[in-house]
Amino acid sequence: MKRPALGFLALLLLATSAVAQEFRGVVQGAGATFPYPLYARWAYEHAALSGVRVNYQAIGSGGGIAQIKAQTVDFGASDAPLTPEELREAGLVQFPMVIGGVVPVVNLPGIGPGELKLTPELLADIFLGKVQQWNDARIAEVNPGLKLPKQRITVVHRSDGSGTTWIFTHYLDQVSAAWHEKIGVGKAVEWPVGIGGKGNEGVSAYVQRVKGAIGYVEYAYALQNDLAYARLRNQDGYFVAPTIESFQAAATHAQWEKAPGFYMVLTNQPGEDSWPITGASFILVHKEQKDCPKARAMLEFFDWCYRHGEKVAVELHYVPMPLGVVDLVEAMWEREIRCGGKPVWERRR
Amino acid sequence: MTFDTASTSMRSKVRTPSRAIRAGRAFACFDRPFHWLALSAAMSLLGLLIAIGIALVWRSELSLRTFGLRFLVQSVWDPVRHQFSALTSLYGTIVSSVIGLALAVPLSLAIGFYLAELAPPPLASFFGTAVELLGAIPSIIYGMWGLFVLAPIMADQIQPAIQSVLGSLPLFQGPPMGIGLFTAGVILALMVIPFVSSVAREIFTMVPAVMKESGYGIGATKWEVVRGVTLRYGLSGIVGACLLGLARALGETMAVTFVIGNRHAISLSLFEPGNSISSTLANEFTEASEPLYLSSLIELGLVLFVLTLAIQTISQLWLRRVERSMGGVR
Repeated sequence: MKRPALGFLALLLLATSAVAQEFRGVVQGAGATFPYPLYARWAYEHAALSGVRVNYQAIGSGGGIAQIKAQTVDFGASDAPLTPEELREAGLVQFPMVIGGVVPVVNLPGIGPGELKLTPELLADIFLGKVQQWNDARIAEVNPGLKLPKQRITVVHRSDGSGTTWIFTHYLDQVSAAWHEKIGVGKAVEWPVGIGGKGNEGVSAYVQRVKGAIGYVEYAYALQNDLAYARLRNQDGYFVAPTIESFQAAATHAQWEKAPGFYMVLTNQPGEDSWPITGASFILVHKEQKDCPKARAMLEFFDWCYRHGEKVAVELHYVPMPLGVVDLVEAMWEREIRCGGKPVWERRR
Repeated sequence: MTFDTASTSMRSKVRTPSRAIRAGRAFACFDRPFHWLALSAAMSLLGLLIAIGIALVWRSELSLRTFGLRFLVQSVWDPVRHQFSALTSLYGTIVSSVIGLALAVPLSLAIGFYLAELAPPPLASFFGTAVELLGAIPSIIYGMWGLFVLAPIMADQIQPAIQSVLGSLPLFQGPPMGIGLFTAGVILALMVIPFVSSVAREIFTMVPAVMKESGYGIGATKWEVVRGVTLRYGLSGIVGACLLGLARALGETMAVTFVIGNRHAISLSLFEPGNSISSTLANEFTEASEPLYLSSLIELGLVLFVLTLAIQTISQLWLRRVERSMGGVR
């Protein structure tokens, strides 16, 4: 029993030391704050195994994009994907690393998590300020049997520019013509109503403080703060709750192979169990790598995160990428990322 | 710590030049380099001020060219359609600072006067230290406290109470959320009080006893001495203390960001959410990736820079006139 285990360990050591021998520096990354706790934890655990250190700085998606374009870091991270044209101009490739879900949360006395149901149109009209009372006939219509209080709705949105807002407004933009016309999509938009909280924690705090509030936060914050999330009607017409499974369903049903440059936003995806406000956080790297051992070590790290980082991700309330998508990503690495004219990544045999 | 002890010890030194000073004569050749060192330190500060001004103008050039004067008079802030202007942030900055000062200045003067004149010395030094400790608390702590402790109290008690008395005024309309311009002003007042009150205390202790005594000598009451002698004598210092407080209030960032509500809108009601220049910068700087967006944020910084500079200049000019009209007592 002992021997095969030892042999396996030796093999593992051999496999990892092959990289470690070549590269012993630090891979630098910077960008989005949303995946920071996960990337930091992944980097820590991966360093213990391989000796390759990955240093990730959470400076915001905008900063991450600027830094990778200026080549001051080895990879950037952004919550909103760059368009294929932007990628081509900057000589970058991008791939989704982890999935996150944005969840509408409410503060209504007597209404617990998952009890309130909302349609996409209702959500948009609430955030447009068209529906102003919780006992509005339209809310009552989709929530028969739920006792809705006579209470003014207070909209809570993010005050800082954020990928969460980008995903949320991207969803509203698709489901509401009025939203598309008046507001549009952005990391920060001109909100017609409501108050702004700084960061997910700011929005969570405001929603908890203000009776009759509705806001939107990352899934992990809704869980950690015990906020009452609402169920949403998805594209197929089913009311779904935000769970790791429903986020993954959205990522699986998305047609990644038809998205050039992995430009894919996971909002409003088909599938009867898909959560409609799902998004991916992306990694950006240069197509032409200068330091071959470092480039290799960096892709090894991402590969390890995809294939062995699932447990940690779920523990921290993040959603791992489905393996079908990982295969597509790694095939892209092989095709597009070059160092000294040669591909950096080779498919595992 | 207080002015008295400092001045008496200085006087004793002047009377008998100590051995150390006489020995220092041997190093008189250091005078000139020291002069230049001090001068260059002072000049570098001025240089820094000018450099900041130039950098702000330079980096906001795009926005200056695109919007021109419109930037100062419009209230639109739409990152999606690339329309930016400063009026909402400027309004919030000024209103929250004015509320803060209006609450803080009378209180600070009362505290300063109590510590300087009325309190028994042991109590005065205890309270004095306590007030100064308040000034050492980082602003993020004030912000968190404001959001988690003060905002619910404002929402449940203070704002409904104000509305029940003055609810008909347009200043106090809207649902009491506990978050908005008024709460931001209250937090600013709390943050400014330590500064203004400790400076006020120093000023009150500097008023020569003989002036006050002559006031009492002609039969004036305590209140009349405070108003007619102490406050008048220390006027320029007190205005200086208020300006110090105003400067802190105008630029205060984190504490305000937590409680002001962060909404790009101008509303007459103080209970409605708003924003200030520094809270807008704190919120939006990290994710402003488009050139015009970034440039507009920097122009907001420029507006704040000019505003502070203008307030300082005007108040200095005004002070000089007041001093002249008072016959140059100080």
